Amino acid sequence: MPGNVGAAAPRPEEAAVVLDDVSIAFRLADASLYTAVAKASLTVADGEFVAIVGPTGCGKSTLLNAAAGLLTPWAGTAAIFGQPLAGLNRQAGYLFQAEALFPWKTAAENVAIGLEIAGVATAEARERAETWLGRVGLAGFGGRYPHMLSGGQRKRVGLAQVLIRDPKILLMDEPFGPLDAQTRQIMGNLLLDLWSADRKAVLFVTHDLEEAIALSDRVVIMSAGPASRIIGDWRVPLARPRDTSEVKLDPAFHELHREIWDMLKGEVLKGYRQTGGG
Amino acid sequence: MSRTSLFILQLLVAVAAIAVWHIGTSVPLFGVTLLPPFFFSTPVDVAARIVKWFVEGTIWRHLWVTLLEAMLAFAIGSIAGVLIGFWFARKPVVAAVFDPYVKMANALPRVVLAPIFALWLGLGIWSKVALGVTLVFFIVFFNVYQGVKEVSPVVLANARMLGMNDRQLMRHVYWPSALSWMFSSLHTSVGFAVVGAVVGEYLGSAAGLGYLIQQAEGVFDVAGVFAGMFVLAAFVVVIDAIVTVVEKRLLVWRPTAAESRAA
Repeated sequence: MPGNVGAAAPRPEEAAVVLDDVSIAFRLADASLYTAVAKASLTVADGEFVAIVGPTGCGKSTLLNAAAGLLTPWAGTAAIFGQPLAGLNRQAGYLFQAEALFPWKTAAENVAIGLEIAGVATAEARERAETWLGRVGLAGFGGRYPHMLSGGQRKRVGLAQVLIRDPKILLMDEPFGPLDAQTRQIMGNLLLDLWSADRKAVLFVTHDLEEAIALSDRVVIMSAGPASRIIGDWRVPLARPRDTSEVKLDPAFHELHREIWDMLKGEVLKGYRQTGGG
Repeated sequence: MSRTSLFILQLLVAVAAIAVWHIGTSVPLFGVTLLPPFFFSTPVDVAARIVKWFVEGTIWRHLWVTLLEAMLAFAIGSIAGVLIGFWFARKPVVAAVFDPYVKMANALPRVVLAPIFALWLGLGIWSKVALGVTLVFFIVFFNVYQGVKEVSPVVLANARMLGMNDRQLMRHVYWPSALSWMFSSLHTSVGFAVVGAVVGEYLGSAAGLGYLIQQAEGVFDVAGVFAGMFVLAAFVVVIDAIVTVVEKRLLVWRPTAAESRAA
């Protein structure tokens, strides 16, 4: 497998997420099987920020959902901190690509809900929600409903909603995909800022290679679907703390980007052909 | 257009209609009265009748009876619709089994049930309430069913990843979604509650606006029929305005039509 990650992977029992030979298939409407992911193995160490990059429709999100316990692998196993995953991954927080906030709850209620359902008293949950809204730069916006916020602000609320529960693992499915370029940069820096405070294990799915390199410690490449595999694994040799826009000027960034893109390009074109250019 | 000029235009429509009505009933054209007062009454007679009802106070009892019937029909129909809508949405097998019967019952013109309800429940308010319930129930039922079924799968997945158990999903996700669908059909269901009450009264009762209209019609008292219609129309407009206020409070989290167009 191409890449610069050697055999010195962390011992699996210490790792936050271990996906071992995971295959995921869906039953289609005509009863045939569609294999989305075939024999993918991936280890995310505790405190490590790993990005999964691949062409459209390659099953990146499917793999993420397997780590979340939202999907059960057809074959292979998923383990979280050494424990085989059965049902939902209770250690993980999940930031979705699509709108996932409760539209009938205010921003503050959306952030507080994770604590409230865990049994934290309402007053305390609301107070901590306000603190978290401040941390994501939305102090004073707690009373607004999601439709009164911009796309970027909604993502901030979503981030606070997930992080307030202090999950050990953060799963992110192209969370900044729908945002405009500037907002994405700002959100990337916000994410790195919050992450550097306690270094959770992060699995970050994106189709944007630049974003992946700028944010993560490791970049994992998946092949075009169906039956996509993991075909590359690169360590990102950039120092932290990083600024997601400044880091793109670093020669090491360019070197790595060129190296990965050489491989990814072919997969992207393959992916386009298979999805009819969609 | 400003609110004032809009209101003036709306008022002009009413003035013009009444003017045409007045001229048609009182000014002969080439020796022919276009709208013979026997069939069309006159605006003055109708207004006089309405004033008389309110001055003598006879109208209040009828208004109260119709309002009570409509409120009971709305409350009972809504509660039944919410419960059964929830039940069907959460138990697809039950929904599948009952599906043809629900469709049959909903396709039935509810007026044909009125004589049966009168037979079973008498000529008092309950036969009218029953008729209103059969109308309100289906609207609420279909909306709640849809609301539970159409919860965004992403919101649902998010709720589960945030740690919600089944009971919490019900309370924080399904229930608000179902209620929002029900509230969005509030105008229709409240309107049907009134329709059920009035039609029931019309077909056999001793009080209510429908009774008033039916009595006037029975003695060719066209002024009475028109007066009853106008009071009923005003009654519905007031109820609709109240529903609008309630709706605004309940659905404060919803984007308005203008906002969602802009987005």
